[in-house]
Amino acid sequence: MNIIEKIMAKASGRNDVHAGDIVEAKIDKAMMNDITAPLALEAFERMGGDEVWNKDRVIIVLDHLVPANTDQSANLHRILRTFAKKQSLKYFYDIGRGGVCHQIMMENHVKPGEMIVGADSHTCTYGAVGAFATGIGSTEIASVLLSGKLWFKVPKAVNIIVNGKLNPPVAPKDLILYTIGQFKADGATYMGINFSGEAVHNMSVDGRMTICNMVVEMGAKNGIVEPDDKTTEYLKARRLAPFEFINEDPKAEYDRVEEYDTSGLESMVAVPPSVDNVRPVSEVGNVDIDQAVIGSCTNGRLEDLRIAARILHGRKVKNNVRALAIPASQEVYVDAIGEGIIDTFVKAGVLVCNPNCGPCYGGHLGLLAAGETCISSTNRNFIGRMGSPKAMIYLASPATVAASAVTGKITDPRAFEA
Amino acid sequence: MDAIQGKALKYGDGVNTDVIIPGKYLIYTDYKELAKHAMEGIDPNFLKKLGERKIIVAGTNFGCGSSREQAPIALKYAGVQCILADSFARIFYRNAINIGLPILECERISDNVGDGDELRIDFKGGSVEDISKRTKLKTNPVPDFLLEIMEKGLIEYMKDKRDKI
Repeated sequence: MNIIEKIMAKASGRNDVHAGDIVEAKIDKAMMNDITAPLALEAFERMGGDEVWNKDRVIIVLDHLVPANTDQSANLHRILRTFAKKQSLKYFYDIGRGGVCHQIMMENHVKPGEMIVGADSHTCTYGAVGAFATGIGSTEIASVLLSGKLWFKVPKAVNIIVNGKLNPPVAPKDLILYTIGQFKADGATYMGINFSGEAVHNMSVDGRMTICNMVVEMGAKNGIVEPDDKTTEYLKARRLAPFEFINEDPKAEYDRVEEYDTSGLESMVAVPPSVDNVRPVSEVGNVDIDQAVIGSCTNGRLEDLRIAARILHGRKVKNNVRALAIPASQEVYVDAIGEGIIDTFVKAGVLVCNPNCGPCYGGHLGLLAAGETCISSTNRNFIGRMGSPKAMIYLASPATVAASAVTGKITDPRAFEA
Repeated sequence: MDAIQGKALKYGDGVNTDVIIPGKYLIYTDYKELAKHAMEGIDPNFLKKLGERKIIVAGTNFGCGSSREQAPIALKYAGVQCILADSFARIFYRNAINIGLPILECERISDNVGDGDELRIDFKGGSVEDISKRTKLKTNPVPDFLLEIMEKGLIEYMKDKRDKI
């Protein structure tokens, strides 16, 4: 069995499962945020729900409307606060105590081999430490709150073997953009993606989060990396021990195998209006920008802020360009202060925002006007995603975003490598 | 659930959840308020067009993107009776069924059905008949339990199941 089949077998109490089997799996953790939980709680009540199945395994994080931008948002937060209190939930991350939900889950909750569902499409991020995690809707997570279980079809799996090294400033974001460009937006629909090979094994857990995070942009159900020494190191540093690895069998089977070599990989850019419209930064042409955003569950971690700060250090954001940096969590924020990164950003003219999802999904903070162009380290460039349907969104790595913020046009970060 | 009959309203490939219900409206939990903004990101005239055409026909990967259940909710409460597409994104597909919006994958439907065509969908038998063109496309028949969820939504389905126990 491959690693996905092994996790599903364990969660469903079976010795053996294979792609296509329908299983009922026990859920280890269920996560919701402030735009998906309100509908879920309403559904939970209408289903006749009284108490959640396990108050230590239901995690609510406020991140999409933080801090509340309207009275409606404030009301959604109040509903969730009241629910968390009434149910005595052990983990409720209120404003100022958490950050972007997936970052919070990875900092405090996710362990290898676990079966996790979240009412947010980027829940697939948690494969970075060898967990099976996927996004579901509000009504479906309500049924999980009731029962602690959910049915799954065991997905067909793709093994993406990434050989070679990523040569900085080329980053995990460039690798996943390249991969989405190859697969296209529906190329992996319903499938599980296993990342392996030298480049993945040399990648930090932060980087693995970035590649697993974006598999949903090619339709996949989950992304996963087999746990290894780097995973152990990460979990121990985070005091997430004890944990147990689930690894693939020696003769693991995959429906499809793709082999990439990163030696020649350049920094990549997803050109509007779709995430799979990917080309090397050198082929994007002359594109002036109005806004640059560094942040989100895809690229708002310390490693991301660090590389952006290296480029912005001693430089200024170009006149007429506004740059936003958004640490993915309070913890990332504090670490970034400790390393002088926030100081660098502020001196460069970057507006540092509180940890939240806002601009990425066009809900809150840093939206775009008609005719404006933004380069962003986030995950979707759909029409209207960040504000006006007449704005253009380019997706790239934090290095490319930072380089572009300095020059005012989409720029290969190698220009700042001297 | 009996067959559904009505006129087709056509869209292309990759209609994503952000154009179905833009992020700024996710502060609303009132279904009717959400419905007012359905498809606003792709077609400002959607609600007007929906007057006589209640069946959305689209290309590949309909509903890709976010897990927001507000997307199928907005469509359902705007008056959409059914969505047919060449293919659907995974989370949207499950969400639509769970909220009781009938949805059916039908290969090459977007090539074979014209905007405004009168369609008749037989979920149980597994077919989409284009009455205007006098053609019939085959689909996978929908099993009974799934039809029941599509018809009443997962909430009522779960309630009924609990009541029976």
